[in-house]
Amino acid sequence: MARSNRLSLAAGVALVLGAHSAAFAGGPSDDKLVIDGEMEIMTRVAPPEGHPLDEVISGWHYRTEETRDLEADSFQNPGMLYVERGEEIWNTVEGDAGKSCASCHEDGEEFLKGIGANYPKWNADAGKPFNIELQINQCREENMQAKPYKFDAADQKALTTFIKHQSIGMPVEVDLTEGDMKAWWDKGEELYYTRTGQLNLSCATCHEDYNGNYIRADHLSQGNVNGFPTYRLKQSAMVSLHNRFRGCIRDTRAAFPPAFSDDLMALEVYVTWRGSGLGVETPAVRQ
Amino acid sequence: MRTGARLTSLPALLAGLTVMAASVATAGTVAPDSVPIEDMELTQTLTDNKGDPAAGREAFADRKKGNCLACHANTDLKEQLFHGEVGPELDGVADRWSEEQLRAIVVNSKDVFGEQTIMPGFYTLKVGVNVAEENAGQTILTAQEVEDVVAYLMTLKDN
Repeated sequence: MARSNRLSLAAGVALVLGAHSAAFAGGPSDDKLVIDGEMEIMTRVAPPEGHPLDEVISGWHYRTEETRDLEADSFQNPGMLYVERGEEIWNTVEGDAGKSCASCHEDGEEFLKGIGANYPKWNADAGKPFNIELQINQCREENMQAKPYKFDAADQKALTTFIKHQSIGMPVEVDLTEGDMKAWWDKGEELYYTRTGQLNLSCATCHEDYNGNYIRADHLSQGNVNGFPTYRLKQSAMVSLHNRFRGCIRDTRAAFPPAFSDDLMALEVYVTWRGSGLGVETPAVRQ
Repeated sequence: MRTGARLTSLPALLAGLTVMAASVATAGTVAPDSVPIEDMELTQTLTDNKGDPAAGREAFADRKKGNCLACHANTDLKEQLFHGEVGPELDGVADRWSEEQLRAIVVNSKDVFGEQTIMPGFYTLKVGVNVAEENAGQTILTAQEVEDVVAYLMTLKDN
């Protein structure tokens, strides 16, 4: 890749603008994400009211051409294997009740359409927002009498990927009017702007103030989550959202909260809202 | 922007103070945050030993130390790939800043550029919340490494 060209271009833009941050110096690509040449995904949308940025942009635009192409071809996208595995799990009986997901919900592709686009969602019984992983575990324990998945178990990631994938292309929309969702949003916003660790960085420091710029070889995106679980080339595996949250926080040299803790659920509510209107990309492919 | 008041939380400050009390500066070494940065300068050197530019060049590039290339391009280290662009390029930095100013920026850039800067403070305990156990009470660079990096930066001249 022509990194040196990018750098000198970036420097040129910075000089012309005289901007302190040279925002969008490396810049998101102008490409369009069309999966298999037929389904265009909304990857640049107008922000919801109260959003700090002028445009909401999918992380897809910040990746290399090769990575972007991988996601645009569902035959080549390695994440699609997890979708297939997730469908198997959907139809597999587990637990003392002798049920599979399909026993109650029947055809996954039919039942699940649009569901993943509206998570996290208020769960009145639990008194907190639920993401897909928590919803799966509740179903397993209460309806299937099966053991809940441990965080990042292979089957948890595959089933979550399958469920989210049934909403591919549908706009992300979180319902903040249900229950106490707004309070969780507030908490998430506070965490988003809280600087952590020895490096003293918040989510906003990189993903709001400097998206479009390179940190070393890493092109900073807006940190939108519409593609999770995401296939990451670095790990050669599906990566869950809470795994990525923890990785980012760890990189500030801070102690990171447990997966599905109140802090990370609040952050999920807030960060998902920041990507409102983007099409679901699961399984996205990233660096 | 909206975050000024949140950046230095009370727990972080308290944690910092506790840790400072625990870490005893070695003889001839200035303890973190014990000398204030004034008018964008830190005139006092942090150690009795003069900075070593060659060692500073290494600490500058070392990902576990300064990791300065993460954010700054620097032609003098062009053998290393992928220089970041979040901070200004450092070619000729010694023509633009004095040694005292560079020391202040490396020690705690927030005392020079303001709280909003993305640049970490490399010799301060005024940092973010929930510092990981292995980093608690530690500065990113040692006093000597700061002096070495400053000595190295002073060699980056265009004129």
